[in-house]
Amino acid sequence: MAQVFFFYLFAAIMLASAFMVVAARNPVHSVLFLILAFVNASGLFLLAGAEFLALILIVVYVGAVAVLFLFVVMMLDVDFAELKSGFLQVLPVGAVIGAIVAIELILVVVGWKASPTALAGASAPATPDVSNTVALGRVIYTKYVFFFQAAGLVLLTAMIGAIVLTLRHKQGVKRQSIPEQNARTVETAMEVKKVPSRAGV
Amino acid sequence: MELSLSNYLVVAALLFTIGVAGIILNRKNIIVILMSIELMLLSVNINLVAFSAYHADLTGQVFALFILTVAAAEAAIGLAILVAYYRNRGSIAVEDINVLKG
Repeated sequence: MAQVFFFYLFAAIMLASAFMVVAARNPVHSVLFLILAFVNASGLFLLAGAEFLALILIVVYVGAVAVLFLFVVMMLDVDFAELKSGFLQVLPVGAVIGAIVAIELILVVVGWKASPTALAGASAPATPDVSNTVALGRVIYTKYVFFFQAAGLVLLTAMIGAIVLTLRHKQGVKRQSIPEQNARTVETAMEVKKVPSRAGV
Repeated sequence: MELSLSNYLVVAALLFTIGVAGIILNRKNIIVILMSIELMLLSVNINLVAFSAYHADLTGQVFALFILTVAAAEAAIGLAILVAYYRNRGSIAVEDINVLKG
């Protein structure tokens, strides 16, 4: 019973905050509601028994992605009220398309039935005697190890891409050049001048 | 009253709908569009985890983990493109981006 209560609690808060992500005037509020939606989604994951993914969701999304969004929103000096201006004109279109998508999806969900042989085809059956993290690790590092490596490659590409896109060298800034410093010798760095006495340089 | 698979599926469907509607409603604000895409990917993840729990099969959770990876990469690249674009043009209005057509 408690499970059902918490399911509806998390689901309601998640849907409400997802709605606020879309509807909020201030993008900073949108990001904060996005964080709330993700925290509640991780609650739903916990209820479904996916503890590892629930905590990863908090670490990755709340800890990294949402903070990245927050940085970008605050870094860009944009008139967000102006960007919000066409909201009411497209509201009917958005509502109609949203309703169509929702009705279609719910029709699919309600009129859906699992094939009796579907459960037999489980490719990585859950092992109830170990924790979710251990079970996932056993599968990821054995059966799906190449996919795991590919995921790492995707992240590497994203990292390099983000750095290449945003890195820029400003002209006219003095920088340290270590090869230049190492190439200096006594001959190039010093000059001995003969100064006549009582005459100055 | 017990929790069933369709509870999760309906919640995920509604979340996906909110994401789709968010893209249409905030056509001008690309940051909110990116956040709506994150919401849609989250609803996909909820579906995968629900099916994984229902079938007692870990594959769904592994797949959800990969979707999480791709979503994080997508957010990072998208925001980097946004910052680079803002430096060049001084605005992030989606309508101005059609100068890329040349």
